[in-house]
Amino acid sequence: MPKIDRKLISKKEEVANELKKIIKSENILYSEDETRAFETDGLTAYKQKPLIVVFPENTKEVSKILSYCNKNRIKVVPRGSGTGLSGGALPTEDCILLCLGKFNKIIDIDYKNRCVVAQPGVTNLSITHSVEEKGFYYAPDPSSQIACSIGGNVAENSGGVHSLKYGTTTNNLLGVQVVFMDGTISRLGGKTYDSEGYDLLGLITGSEGLLCVITEVTVKILKKPQTVKAALIGFSTIEDAGNCVSDIISNGIIPSGMEMMDKALIHATDNFVKAGYPRDAEAMLIIEVDGNEIEVKELMERINKIAKQNKLTSIKISKSEKQRLKFWAGRKAAFPACGDMAPDYYCMDGTIPRGKLAEVLKEIKRLSKKYNLSVANAFHAGDGNLHPLIMYDANEKDSLEKTEKFGSEILKYCVKVGGVLTGEHGVGVEKRELMCEMFNNNDIQQQIKIKKALDLNSLLNPGKVYPILRKCAEEGRVHVHKGNTKFPDIPRF
Amino acid sequence: MSIKETQNFPTSQDSDSLEHPQNEQEVENLIKKFYKSNIPIELIGSGSKRKIGKTLQCTKTLSLSKLNGIIEYLPEELYIKVKAGTSIKAIEQELKKNNQQLVFEPIDFGYFLNGKSDYGTAAGQVACNISGSRRFKVGSIRDHVLGFRGVNGRGEIIKSGGVVVKNVTGYDLSKLICGSYGTLVALTEITFKVLPLPEESKTLVINNQKIEKAVHFLDKSISSSNDISGAVFFPDKPIISGSSMNIENTFKLNDLKQEGSITAIRIEGSKSSIDHRIENLINELKIINLNISILEVHQSEVFWNKVKALEFFSNSKNNIIRIVIPPSECVNLIYQFSSKFKYYLDWGGALMWLEVFELSEEMFESIRRKVVKRGGYVTMIKNSNYLPYVEDVFTISSERFNISQNIKKSFDPKSILNPGKMYTGI
Repeated sequence: MPKIDRKLISKKEEVANELKKIIKSENILYSEDETRAFETDGLTAYKQKPLIVVFPENTKEVSKILSYCNKNRIKVVPRGSGTGLSGGALPTEDCILLCLGKFNKIIDIDYKNRCVVAQPGVTNLSITHSVEEKGFYYAPDPSSQIACSIGGNVAENSGGVHSLKYGTTTNNLLGVQVVFMDGTISRLGGKTYDSEGYDLLGLITGSEGLLCVITEVTVKILKKPQTVKAALIGFSTIEDAGNCVSDIISNGIIPSGMEMMDKALIHATDNFVKAGYPRDAEAMLIIEVDGNEIEVKELMERINKIAKQNKLTSIKISKSEKQRLKFWAGRKAAFPACGDMAPDYYCMDGTIPRGKLAEVLKEIKRLSKKYNLSVANAFHAGDGNLHPLIMYDANEKDSLEKTEKFGSEILKYCVKVGGVLTGEHGVGVEKRELMCEMFNNNDIQQQIKIKKALDLNSLLNPGKVYPILRKCAEEGRVHVHKGNTKFPDIPRF
Repeated sequence: MSIKETQNFPTSQDSDSLEHPQNEQEVENLIKKFYKSNIPIELIGSGSKRKIGKTLQCTKTLSLSKLNGIIEYLPEELYIKVKAGTSIKAIEQELKKNNQQLVFEPIDFGYFLNGKSDYGTAAGQVACNISGSRRFKVGSIRDHVLGFRGVNGRGEIIKSGGVVVKNVTGYDLSKLICGSYGTLVALTEITFKVLPLPEESKTLVINNQKIEKAVHFLDKSISSSNDISGAVFFPDKPIISGSSMNIENTFKLNDLKQEGSITAIRIEGSKSSIDHRIENLINELKIINLNISILEVHQSEVFWNKVKALEFFSNSKNNIIRIVIPPSECVNLIYQFSSKFKYYLDWGGALMWLEVFELSEEMFESIRRKVVKRGGYVTMIKNSNYLPYVEDVFTISSERFNISQNIKKSFDPKSILNPGKMYTGI
């Protein structure tokens, strides 16, 4: 992580007192016992207590806090619900952790403009709950939707199982209110489609809290489809399942969701929720289609035919809404179900071109043997987003390190076959040193320049996304000996 | 009007000022050279949308038209990677062979800017980010660019994104590039997301409705679960002398009634589901007793192609203004304009096109004020001889201007790429 400001840590009380001039004192936590609760996010392998935790209640307070921190060169780490899986909300020892938990209100439900305006701490699912009485919903549905905040969704550009048809957060977002590190409050987008000038809304979506703090979000809502049906289709090989996915798309069908699970995960999840999965299958697809009744029926028939051509071993089509939800319950419980398989698991998140699936899974199998760690695979097959879950036991010596090495080999392979490092979990601290697998010096420098354009002193969410000690630099022009460069104080990025 | 702007007349450039790099390497070398010697350059593709934005008078013009060709097209992976100067027409022809399309419906600005059809290049469409009638359903161009390569104002080749849809690795610069009018990078390569062509398209037309009722129908249709993909309104009034927008002459279709205004709703999908959805819409909108008709497949396609090509403005010598607003503001805004300007509505009322006869700068500013007050924005798409230059062609707030200026500097510190194309100082 970036160099720790020891001097600042010694002035903790003084900083807290300054902050008390901006926000209510009960909204500031700084004793070790209080800050411990915030030492990690969804990536629990990394832990670090922040210096001070603050809970501003409105945008003006956020602006004043950031402006104060900017002037005094204090690092700030923003945090929503803390469900992120890449360590994007991991504090530094000398940071102020800015929690948006008090921004928990829905401000406006606007059916005329088909949108909802919410504060960033509102959970993803409560947006759908707020409009479902009129038959509307918010499309992106990350697995953690019951807990994750909409502000965090914007910061990470969260996806979900329906992003194949309905897109990710960035495609469902109309506007935000943000505060930049110098305290400037700005509105990007609004209730219109697109906005003129540079697409700053698009830029900040998925920027992992490095460019600004989000204080208000406007999202698009959609009318629920008339009919939704899901099918569970079993295959005796991963290749057959993979070919089936490609053939469905090649036939011009875009299902609303198309998920794949391997045998290990079929068993784990079926044990966990008794979803009725085909336990003898090597691979299973959950395919969901929506639309009007006739359309859904037609699509299901076509999918059935294509699956048959690809040697399906079983097919079950949902007969009721209850059964459809049951089909999904297993997939949505994929992560906790892995808890039954090993004391700990590590979830990876690469995206690959769909056609490379069998090749990548073969390589994962090979690596699994090499590292002697078992893996279960969940795959958003429709959009190529792969989630290998590596089982390990954190109590075993060096096991986390071994797991991380395994994981990074998987991700490097994803890049090698034309994919990317992360599809929806973000780079965070977890994958930052892998960035040079995908980007060269020019690419990364350009991104860092954008960061500097909006946060001159690099104080917002430091140590995330961009490599601290760039591996490409290690291997290339800059010689690094035992982790030390020749001039360690010169910021490389 | 500032003195600076009045100097920005299009000039005929000598052949030395026009560069035609053959590949990315040459683009890199040229921009590096211009960067070192502080030479501002205008970037163009085929030039079909060159008139949008402020007219530039740069020492050099760099045409990307020689960077032409499809690099990789994998229909089953739903992407196509092309060189930046590849024509949209060539891309669409290739996609059609596999029953696929650019679903954002690239607009053909050729008719009304240059008198004949010209969709321009991939880079041109991306640079302008102006999308067709499906916008409310499928997103705009920015939602369909998966990745790009290009050269920034320092002459460095940079890339962002990839070929996959789900990708959160690093900042999403593809979004930033869309609609940046060539002021951040000279694009060299673009990867588009592609989607299947619908099996069929039909259009439900309701004639002779007043704007309130028409917008109500469009709004209700978009807010229904009938999954519609187009929602336009062409009023028959006002009739304004000097205005050339002519709906009747544009849409000469056998089954399209020319009785009063036209409210048109497009439904796409499989044959049987389309009929079912049209039936649903007629019931839900309670329009069975109104003057309704259906455009079948062929005529429906022709109708929407004409909308996409903005053909009703073909021969217009007037100023053409594009307004995007929250849909709920549409009717009130039209009430403030309707007696003075010819207009039509797209995106169910969220997009408005105005043709203005004898527009003055004061009138334009007054339009802008009214739109901005309602949370929208205004773009002068076509200038006329009557008002050839306007100070602010685009709309921006002061704090966004400052942020945008910083972003511009991070890509192009010496402001050599299309300087001032969008805003003076950017």
